Amino acid sequence: MTDLNALSYTDEHEWIAADGETVTIGITDFAADKLGDVVFVELPAVGTEIAAGSVVGEIESTKSVGELYAPVTGTVVEINDAVVDDPSLVNAEPFAGGWLIKVSVAAGALEGLMDRDAYVALTEG
Amino acid sequence: MSDPRYTPLRDRHEALGASFTDFGGWQMPVRYTSDLAEHHAVRQAAGIFDISHMAEFLVTGDFAGDFLDYSLAGRLSAMAVGKAKYSLMLAEDGGIIDDVIVYRLAEDRFLVIANAGNRGFVDAAFASRVRSFPSMIERELPARAEGEDRSFAGFIGDRGVDVEDVSDEYALLAVQGPASEAILSSTTGITDLGTPWAEQKYYAWADAMFLGSPLLLARTGYTGEDGFELLVRVADAPALWDALVEAGQGHGLVPAGLAARDTLRLEAGMPLYGHELSRETKPSQAGLGRVVVSDKDGFIGKGAVDAASDAPVLVGLVAEGKRAGRTGYSVVDADGVVLGEITSGALSPTLGHPIAMAYVAPSSAAEGTAVFLDVRGTRIPATVTALPFYRRTK
Repeated sequence: MTDLNALSYTDEHEWIAADGETVTIGITDFAADKLGDVVFVELPAVGTEIAAGSVVGEIESTKSVGELYAPVTGTVVEINDAVVDDPSLVNAEPFAGGWLIKVSVAAGALEGLMDRDAYVALTEG
Repeated sequence: MSDPRYTPLRDRHEALGASFTDFGGWQMPVRYTSDLAEHHAVRQAAGIFDISHMAEFLVTGDFAGDFLDYSLAGRLSAMAVGKAKYSLMLAEDGGIIDDVIVYRLAEDRFLVIANAGNRGFVDAAFASRVRSFPSMIERELPARAEGEDRSFAGFIGDRGVDVEDVSDEYALLAVQGPASEAILSSTTGITDLGTPWAEQKYYAWADAMFLGSPLLLARTGYTGEDGFELLVRVADAPALWDALVEAGQGHGLVPAGLAARDTLRLEAGMPLYGHELSRETKPSQAGLGRVVVSDKDGFIGKGAVDAASDAPVLVGLVAEGKRAGRTGYSVVDADGVVLGEITSGALSPTLGHPIAMAYVAPSSAAEGTAVFLDVRGTRIPATVTALPFYRRTK
């Protein structure tokens, strides 16, 4: 079970899990609930260089389209093929099987991101 | 801006954890659990919808039928008692004010159900048309007006028709899906059926009682499945909802919100006012030319109802993959020339591929025409197809 307290968060409702120089990125349950049933996910290709704050993909539900923002600067090293095949994983397991991309980052990439308490305050405010 | 309105079933929806959305000034349940699950339930078993936000008008009087012939596009005076009929209210310039369902309750009594968002426009149009209608009686129906053995005093103020907005007195529920008849026929409290369940025909209504209060049952709907719409007084709505939900438990009935309602009606090729229909749309553009009885004398919109030959027409579009073209997205040709615009679009839950309705130039409207949907900068190939996208098998 993913430890939500060990993740970093953004105000665009992404979560980031750090493992050395590689981070895993997904969207939170809050974002998934707001979107509704996810039916299509567009992710950047492996090898893409992404810049923090830029739009790198799309998460589309039955009713709306959400943009996927890069929370960090780095290079995409892996994308979740399971989610591309079955977008409903974003709703079913937003913090686990519904992860989206893995990115290799420079040191200090997570500075400035929210911790769990700050994110909970944001979504309940 | 006035406060949003809630239906009598608000606390039922809240208890079920529904998400709400604004629709025509009403806070309505958009989903309870999952759009897709609710959609599939309606096609496979049944869904229950709260559509109490819709507007109801009672049209009564000796000239009620003739008045509706004058006010709407169809020949409502020819309806048999017990029937329902889809119709359009047109403006003087032939544009569509609303699409409605009319029920003939008696020789001199009709119920008109209109869209929530158009309630004010329909109310104002009816009021204006009641005022202009008596001159119709004087000019066009002298034979009928003669022969009355009342004195002139008996005519003053008698327009022969009265229209009353009764929307706030009634709640409207819908049960839609193949299990609908089984559920309704086993619902505790529904009694005194004027017509046995198995004899209730499509686009007809029947009298009934629910726990001693009047209930109107209509075999109509907006999903492309078999189903019923139920009209009761506001005070009876919560108990009726509870009774239907209880009866539905053994049949897979689920509460379904407006999101599922939208994908269901889109698959069934049914227009939605504000998307496929508007004040700027003429009936024939939307494929509704058959709703207009053009040889009917003197109805509002008669002289202007024909669309220009190059006016855009409504088509169905299907595509492969999973990326849907949505409302407002352009339909283009291989060179990027804009052919039209999507009015409604989604990834079809039942069919598994993108579907859309769009207005396109007549030259691109032939079935089989290859086009592209501009989906946020990506061109998705699509094909013009006849509507509906989905038809139920029984």
